[in-house]
Amino acid sequence: MTDDDLIFKALADPTRRFLLDMLFKRDGRTLTELESELEMTRFGVMKHLKVLEEAGLVITQKSGREKLHFLNPVPIRLIHDRWIDKYTERRVTALADLKSELEGLS
Amino acid sequence: MTAATPITATPITSTPITAVPNASSTVQINRIYIKASPQAIWDAITKPEWTEKYGYGGRVDYDLRPGGRFRSMADEAMQQAGMPECVVDGEVIESDPPTRLVQTWRAAWTNDPPTRLTYDISAKANGVTCLTITHDLDGAPDTAAMVGGTVEGAGGGWAEVLSDLKTLLETGSSLSSLGVPGI
Repeated sequence: MTDDDLIFKALADPTRRFLLDMLFKRDGRTLTELESELEMTRFGVMKHLKVLEEAGLVITQKSGREKLHFLNPVPIRLIHDRWIDKYTERRVTALADLKSELEGLS
Repeated sequence: MTAATPITATPITSTPITAVPNASSTVQINRIYIKASPQAIWDAITKPEWTEKYGYGGRVDYDLRPGGRFRSMADEAMQQAGMPECVVDGEVIESDPPTRLVQTWRAAWTNDPPTRLTYDISAKANGVTCLTITHDLDGAPDTAAMVGGTVEGAGGGWAEVLSDLKTLLETGSSLSSLGVPGI
């Protein structure tokens, strides 16, 4: 599998996207913290984190006895620059603006 | 009743442990793999003729000794857009070419205190090098928003800079979408 395949595969799962969103809100969390917001076994969360780590989207660091998880935004940026910027940024931006405008009205 | 003493002591020892994740939430980590040598990446970070070619395009001025001065200068377009001549300043803490550079990093356009920035460069297989930027932004929320790429119209922060650096080193020319403000 290429790097791109690993990233798209990692992103193609709602639990894994939820984990990335959690780290985006607050970085450097432990497995216990991440697990507490998911209705899933500890082992299940660990498996998802492993897929994210293999895709380079999550980086772990030891802090004392704890292992902290950090979001690495660079692979998503590379996908953006490779697949979105090049062809469709203007259209995507227009649609994103429309979406937030319509959602803001409701 | 001496037996009561250890019980009341227990919650106090647990305080530092819960404090660790909160302190770490001010750290941003950005990692990229680039098909280039560690020396090429080191040069691209520390030499002005390289730094003007990617990212925000500022020319750096490094004195690569512990205690040495670091400055990143705005180009003409950035100065015309209202940026000061020196955009970022700091001090070198540790310099071990071409694998590790630790420095302070203070954004001149904010009132934030200096932050701590670490570059780790390590060679992997097949001519690929891993570059990790660890930025401790404790007490520097404006700088954190900027380098995290969440400030509207101010570029994509470290992630975009690194993506651009990869393109420059692997293809010879950069995306240079950040160099000209407003484009």
